[in-house]
Amino acid sequence: MRQSLHSVLLWVRRPRPKLRRRAELFVLLSPATVLFLGFVIAPIGIAVYYSFYSWNGYGPLTDFIGLKNYSDALSGTVFHTAVQHNVELVAFSLLLQLPLIVALALLLNRRMRGRSVFRLVVFAPYLLSEATAAIVWTLMLSPDGFVDKMLRSIGLGSLIHGWLGDPGIVFYVLFVVITWKYLGFGVILLLAGLQAVPAELREAAAIDGASSWQATRMVVLPLLGPTIRIWIFLSVIGSLQLFDLVWIMTLGGPAHASTTMVTYMIDHGYRGNEYGYGSAVSVVVFVICFAFALAYQRYVLRRDTDGALTRAAG
Amino acid sequence: MSMRNTRIPAIAVVAAAALTAAACGSGSSSPKSAGSSSTSSNASNSASSSSDSTAPATMTWWHNGTSDPVLGLWQKTADAYHAAHPNVTIKIDPIQNEQFQTKVPLALQGSNPPTLYQQWGGGGEASQLSSGKVMDLTAAASSWIGDLGPAAAGWQVKGKQYGIPYDLHVVGFWYRKDLFTKAGITAPPTTLDELNADVAKLKTAGVTPIAIGSKDRWPDAFWWESFAVRECSLDTLKTQIPALKLSDGCFKKAGEDLTAFLATKPFQNSFLGTPAQQGAGSSAGMVANGQAAMELQGDWELGTMTPLTTDKNLNSELGWFPFPAISGGQGDPKVALGGGDGFSCTTGAPPACADFLKYIDSPEVQTQIAAKSIGLPVNPAAASALTDPTLQTAFQYSHSASYIQTYFDIAMPTNVGQALDSAVADFFAGKGSPQTIVDSVSQTASGNNK
Repeated sequence: MRQSLHSVLLWVRRPRPKLRRRAELFVLLSPATVLFLGFVIAPIGIAVYYSFYSWNGYGPLTDFIGLKNYSDALSGTVFHTAVQHNVELVAFSLLLQLPLIVALALLLNRRMRGRSVFRLVVFAPYLLSEATAAIVWTLMLSPDGFVDKMLRSIGLGSLIHGWLGDPGIVFYVLFVVITWKYLGFGVILLLAGLQAVPAELREAAAIDGASSWQATRMVVLPLLGPTIRIWIFLSVIGSLQLFDLVWIMTLGGPAHASTTMVTYMIDHGYRGNEYGYGSAVSVVVFVICFAFALAYQRYVLRRDTDGALTRAAG
Repeated sequence: MSMRNTRIPAIAVVAAAALTAAACGSGSSSPKSAGSSSTSSNASNSASSSSDSTAPATMTWWHNGTSDPVLGLWQKTADAYHAAHPNVTIKIDPIQNEQFQTKVPLALQGSNPPTLYQQWGGGGEASQLSSGKVMDLTAAASSWIGDLGPAAAGWQVKGKQYGIPYDLHVVGFWYRKDLFTKAGITAPPTTLDELNADVAKLKTAGVTPIAIGSKDRWPDAFWWESFAVRECSLDTLKTQIPALKLSDGCFKKAGEDLTAFLATKPFQNSFLGTPAQQGAGSSAGMVANGQAAMELQGDWELGTMTPLTTDKNLNSELGWFPFPAISGGQGDPKVALGGGDGFSCTTGAPPACADFLKYIDSPEVQTQIAAKSIGLPVNPAAASALTDPTLQTAFQYSHSASYIQTYFDIAMPTNVGQALDSAVADFFAGKGSPQTIVDSVSQTASGNNK
């Protein structure tokens, strides 16, 4: 009897590793899965559902209009302007911010007096919340504010503009503020990446007769590649979703001169009580970001994240 | 919905958000618990008058008075009502003004909306009716709504009273007497020609004639709407605005007037980026600090300006005059552009809800609204409590107005109103024409303005 009980126990125990593994997976993953489904997947689904209706937020959804919200958005001139601004933002980030960030990171990686102070100065703006930065800059850029006074005091009074009131320049002004705000983040990221570049490689290059510039270009930068590619990913997604700073500083104006896709969505969805239309815009923004993220993961980040985000066998 | 009352709480919250990056915290406070459930028939003050409010009831109250003096007044009002009606408990939930845009639709969709909530009337209120959760107060208020005068009409939809105002707002010019004197202007302008002449005089004297907060868009709309109210006959206003078809030529004429007016460059430099109310650099701050002579704004502007300056004599420097008449215009110069704040009850509300609104509009509470300069009292019986002479001027004008045209963006459904504001703001920035402003309304109403 005792013997047979033992064998039964053994029989039960035999598949246990598999069962246990599954139970573990279930226990460990289910809270996150429930949260993810409830707060990410379900809202996306609901937004897609709303986007097929003309709905002002009150009462039942009765006015099914199919894809009209999407066709309105995609053919609307203001939304085109918004998309164009986001695309310009991405382009400026890559063409102007990236070289600046790399240069600053290389500079701040050198041994020099006061290095940590310089690092702090560059990084400090990133620590401010976007709302704080927006309000500080709004005050500095207001007519006769800090920027105007500074320009005047150094004899450049002729450069003074209505920084946030001139539709022709407001978007570029915002880009300067965004660069000021996010420069430090990129620099910190690249500084961390630079720590992973062995000093021996630089030394070896130097022994082989490479100049400092050549060693940087041929040795250090290629090894910084993975970090730079991650920064590009974060920067592009951030540029596509830009909202807080613009909303506080200009509300997307004047005359839509600084509208982004998300300020456009808030303008119509919330302020205009066009919840169905706002949902459609949000779905469009989501699809753009998602498509970019997938493509970037697939074609650019694949080798960097191999084994981490993808299956080792992949 | 309205972005233009209780400005100060909105600013406070923005500042708080800036510092903490987390703006929330609408602490709800409820007065004492209901205590005994005796029938409340002791008529110790004017708060008790209804025969229906005998059943024990708890009412939740969403209002936008997140800071004093409004916050304190509403708490006091709820406490007083509870004292007179011990069986009615009022649970107060102050909510930041701009949040009503998102919270009210959600609450009216849900199964547990507040008993009474902030209501600006007009097209926004009409939109809310499709939820089926907004109470028709016509019968409950029939005995006393007449005391409020024509203002209550702004909270009617198709002749039925779905909301009750507690204060009124009227749009007009705030001006600085000292700067007018400096420019040699002896009396406020009564016609557009006089206004243009005064703008020229102020410029000659080196003074910025008019400040405007174009960043926020709705101040731009005030200008176009004021021109429209002067150009259009009363009949046209009453029929074409609710119909969302501004087909009469007077609306286009308003845009043409505005073109001519903008050509005189009456506003401050780079006004397109100026906020209306935030900081000393806002249009309100400019007038408060003597950097501009005039601003076309609501009667709340005194309360907005006061914190933006250190000038203790601000009140005596300021004056008020209505938008001037336009020669050749079909409009009645006695028609005012304005609006106000009010409350609606939801369908599950006890009879005490309407009774409480009656109490809010009684002279007892209205006097405090006037005395604390929260707004122009909707009940004329409280007008004498307005202490500031400038506010008295504004009140006299609104009270003697032949008609109060609700701000167009509030009078129209929210999406149409926002499209109109946006079209006018574009026009101020040099994009569009008098016709595009007019078209923005009909096109949005027909679902084609993206």
